Amino acid sequence: MTRDDIVLEVKDLKTRFKVGKKIVNAVNGATFSLKRGKTLCIVGESGCGKSVTAHSILQLLPPVGYIEGGEVLYTPHTGDRPKSLSSMKRSGRAIRSIRGKEISMIFQDPMSTLNPVYTIGNQIMENLRHHEKISKAEARERIVRLLTELGIPEADRRFDEYPHQFSGGMKQRVMIAIAMICNPNILIADEPTTALDVTIQAQILELMQKMQQEHGTSVILITHNMGIVAEVADDVAVMYMGRVVEFGSLRQIFTNPKHPYTRALMRSVPVLGMDRSQELASIAGSTPDASTVFTGCEFANRCVHATDRCRNHFPEDREVEDGHRVRCFLYEEEMKQ
Amino acid sequence: MKKTKVEKAAASSLAKRNLQKFLNNKLAVVGAVVLLLIVLLSVCAPLLTPYDPLYIDVSQKGLPMSQEHPLGTDRVGRDVLARILYGGRMTILIGVVSALGATLLGAVLGCVSGYYGGKIDKVLVYISELFQCFPQYLLILLLVGLVGQSTRNLLVIFIATGWTGMMRIVRTRVMSLKEEPFVESCRANGIRGLSIMFHHMLPNTLGPVIVNATLQVAGYILSEASLSFLGMGVPDDVVTWGNILNAAKRLDIIQTMPVLWIAPGLAIALVVLSINFFGDGLRDVLDPSSL
Repeated sequence: MTRDDIVLEVKDLKTRFKVGKKIVNAVNGATFSLKRGKTLCIVGESGCGKSVTAHSILQLLPPVGYIEGGEVLYTPHTGDRPKSLSSMKRSGRAIRSIRGKEISMIFQDPMSTLNPVYTIGNQIMENLRHHEKISKAEARERIVRLLTELGIPEADRRFDEYPHQFSGGMKQRVMIAIAMICNPNILIADEPTTALDVTIQAQILELMQKMQQEHGTSVILITHNMGIVAEVADDVAVMYMGRVVEFGSLRQIFTNPKHPYTRALMRSVPVLGMDRSQELASIAGSTPDASTVFTGCEFANRCVHATDRCRNHFPEDREVEDGHRVRCFLYEEEMKQ
Repeated sequence: MKKTKVEKAAASSLAKRNLQKFLNNKLAVVGAVVLLLIVLLSVCAPLLTPYDPLYIDVSQKGLPMSQEHPLGTDRVGRDVLARILYGGRMTILIGVVSALGATLLGAVLGCVSGYYGGKIDKVLVYISELFQCFPQYLLILLLVGLVGQSTRNLLVIFIATGWTGMMRIVRTRVMSLKEEPFVESCRANGIRGLSIMFHHMLPNTLGPVIVNATLQVAGYILSEASLSFLGMGVPDDVVTWGNILNAAKRLDIIQTMPVLWIAPGLAIALVVLSINFFGDGLRDVLDPSSL
């Protein structure tokens, strides 16, 4: 794999939240990369830092949050010099010209991500005309075309309707339209289907894949739904307590999970056709508080393979096979041989 | 841009429902009608009366009601009806302009304060508290004494002392809007803070702002009348209802020419009442939590 294939590289990203005097380590050295035109799924349980990682990429952190270390490198086109997003000024011109144009985001709750006082056409138009010099009539035409492509019937009429006149699924389509109208290189979708019902979920995912294929967009999809991962991912990053504990291709992660956490996660997902009497495995214990200071592996106190070494030393990131990296001591011996 | 039937129906159904809501409040409708009537009468004053409200004709002083002077004349011979009609212009204008100015100033400061938070917010809140700690009339009287009497000065003073309530309303609204996902989505699309503040958040606060601004108009009309009555409002050569009252402030006039104080007093009471009723009706329409 050459470096040029990679459109976004996140290296050892550390994001902190300062709440009063307490410092919360929301992201604690996340490392992963997104290949051009591919889909990367970030999975993990609630509170593991998936969303914060995604928000850190565009520096969309609340005032109490800040990036303490690491780097986010963005390569707009093959062969370009990578830009460091993490070293740009928080809401300066440089990062604002990338937000929404080259890297855009879709959020979880479509019900409240649209401004209730403007028509949806107006809101898509705002993003388009903010980043491109284009006449209103031209913009309208382009938006209506995109809305039609996204399966909104009578798009020309609905252009002038307000968000409250749309259903949840339709609103999420509008959100996708806002995100895709400038033809971004990267689309970050933060649990885009969590708030929708199952049939709509499938439609929205299909649409996102269609958009991706037609426009060659690279996608980062954040989810805790393993079914969705199996459906759309090319690569998977498994996060636990603000770290990427395992990173690899879909096949590597699903057929050959290495990290005990990934394995436990896989076992806890019901599979269609499973024996009725078979009990679903659960992971013992619960996620530690995010402000806990660890001396060793974060998963050690819930891990069946944990040793004293795990509790007292941080495991390194190791490549166990081509492109498949695991942060666990179990595979150290394997590597040496 | 062609609009289809369905869209028109959708748009008009919302407007219709709002209109229905407003019409259901009988007092509000009466308020609106009376208000409109008074504004019309004032605006059309030159058509309704041949007299100049400032023209002093000593030979005509203290006349009772008659065909020629429907409300009589005052003690220097000015036509009272003309003074009431023309006075309404200035009185309502002062009320509306001060309310607009105070609303604008309050809304902008509230937006800035709520959006940025931190030190800017603290300073602005302190300043607004400072203003609210003083008895407002005392402050206004003090300022009028300092800068002198003129219509412009009065407007500036009204605006400078009246923005605090509006600022607080907008500030709290913006603080809660700041956490709305659509604001985050704006940021994710690279939209500037200023644009998010004024283009996206401010319109979402408009309901309470409009209602409050309406009620403020009534408040300012009362303030102007009281100040002018005390002789600290607009100068004597500007006709306002407060000034007409001020001119009637003598025991013999109160006893012998009641029309001189009843007429402007009634006019003030009518306007303030109708604005308040109208504002209440607006609140019903613009407040989404009321059905």
